Amino acid sequence: MSLHASIRVQRNGFALDVDLEVGAGETVAVLGPNGAGKTTLLRALAGLVPIDGRVELDGEVLDDSAAGRHVLTEHRRVGLVFQDHALFPHMTVLDNVAFGLRRDSSRIAREWLDRAGLADKAHAMPRELSGGQAQRVALLRTLATEPRLLLLDEPLSALDVTIRAEVRRELSRQLSGFQGVRILVTHDPLEAMALADRLVVLEQGKVVQTGSPAEVTARPRSRFVADLAGVNLLRGRGRGRHVELEGGAMLTAAEAGEGDVFAVIHPRAVALFLAKPEGTPRNVWRGRAEDLDLQGERVRVRLSGTVPLVAEVTPSAVRELHLDAGAEVWVAVKATEISVYRA
Amino acid sequence: MAAAGLLLFLLPLAGLIIRAPWGQVGPALVAPETMTALGLSLFCSVTATVVALVLGIPLAVVLARTHGTLRSLLRALTTLPMVLPPVVGGVALLLAFGRRGLIGAPLYQAFGIQIAFTTAAAVIAETFVAMPFLVIAVEGGLRSMDHRYEEAARALGAGSWRVFARVTLPLLRPAIFSGAVLCWARALGEFGATITFAGNLPGRTQTMPLAVYVANETHPEGAIALSLILLAVSLAILIGMRDRWLGSL
Repeated sequence: MSLHASIRVQRNGFALDVDLEVGAGETVAVLGPNGAGKTTLLRALAGLVPIDGRVELDGEVLDDSAAGRHVLTEHRRVGLVFQDHALFPHMTVLDNVAFGLRRDSSRIAREWLDRAGLADKAHAMPRELSGGQAQRVALLRTLATEPRLLLLDEPLSALDVTIRAEVRRELSRQLSGFQGVRILVTHDPLEAMALADRLVVLEQGKVVQTGSPAEVTARPRSRFVADLAGVNLLRGRGRGRHVELEGGAMLTAAEAGEGDVFAVIHPRAVALFLAKPEGTPRNVWRGRAEDLDLQGERVRVRLSGTVPLVAEVTPSAVRELHLDAGAEVWVAVKATEISVYRA
Repeated sequence: MAAAGLLLFLLPLAGLIIRAPWGQVGPALVAPETMTALGLSLFCSVTATVVALVLGIPLAVVLARTHGTLRSLLRALTTLPMVLPPVVGGVALLLAFGRRGLIGAPLYQAFGIQIAFTTAAAVIAETFVAMPFLVIAVEGGLRSMDHRYEEAARALGAGSWRVFARVTLPLLRPAIFSGAVLCWARALGEFGATITFAGNLPGRTQTMPLAVYVANETHPEGAIALSLILLAVSLAILIGMRDRWLGSL
């Protein structure tokens, strides 16, 4: 069972253009900022949005605009779990889970609730459930219909932060028990990393990067991913061991290659000094601390100047450097700390 | 100004209650003509509401799903009876369903069926005037409804009918209910279209408002008594539904 999708949606100046291949038993997280088109992509896969292109699931063509084929949502056997669960407010939990079942619906729904440890909620109304319970019921309701493709829209974002970790573990367990194709959409990197085998980063309707969570965060290809990974992302042209940045500044790296490149600098690799540092080949320039932000044991310092960067230093370093918003400092980054790869 | 507005509502009601020949209300209530008119009024208004529900809900669904010019046109057509003087509505109904009317004439010639000046005509007149209230309430409910429930139902494999019956309709219940109450209240008070299209035949088309009007011409005390009865019935039903109806408005 696998999904091959080539989806284009055009409306009100927004264009979605995505090619997606997902194998059976694989969980893909579509990650992207708000307005990137993530929900539109899910709705298109569910058949709720007309598309240009082709969607093939398990060998069956669900959409083929060239051939004029469009299988209605209700005939797709595609499970869609909504962000705020969309449990039918006028039905009991049992009736909600039984809704998509044809034969013996009540008995089968009860079995699903039993297995999930929700048997005592069978006759509760959705408004009496906690957020985590509602999320689980919504997932059960969908899984009970035995979909071939499971689509989850921001599965945890409607939940209270305190219970997210617990629900995420539960969700992860349930997802691994599901045999079909799994796609979830999220803007929360933690959710994506915890649940997905592969990330697809969507920005402004286009896939900008795809790969395992480790690959994606090691080599961000967009500001969005760099921010998620908490690293500095610079763009420029490689010339041997140098990178000519878009602003005109030069970086020295261990190896920069040729042509358009990305350069990634971890904030911890950015060192700050009061006097100009001497010695090993380094990238050194003047900077100005714009603001400071204490995060746990580290202080993140946003720097302006020749190369705008974020540095991460210890609170004691902040004291020694008399660092405050507006302070002038020397900024240094070792060549070996700069990772450069093709754009 | 607000006080003046309130007075405009309250003064006539006060007049009705102060000038009421209280001794006559009891006898007027049990008088056979009153019972007949009241019974007919309740029968016609309830029947008109049921007809409005059966015809109006599908109409509201169509209205809520159309867009652009077609929608403006349909909406103008359905709300027309709200702004049309009821007498004009009655004349129009006569031209359509009367013995020489567009549909009335062939119906009469082929089957000998006459609609105008029957109880059915009273029901049609009330439906004509009152149905827009229901359509507008239900359409509003549909437009403000969260359509993800319907989408969730489709994704669970439910076809259009199942989605409508199991999800859309139950979620619309408050809108349908308040629309039906407004519709019924309007039907109960209907006068102009009824007297024009159905006539004023005691026992067949003479509803309470018509009876009040006739009584007012001959013995005004009787009219006041009948008015009080009508007022009491309306108020009783309004209060009975207050929590559900006013609460949802």
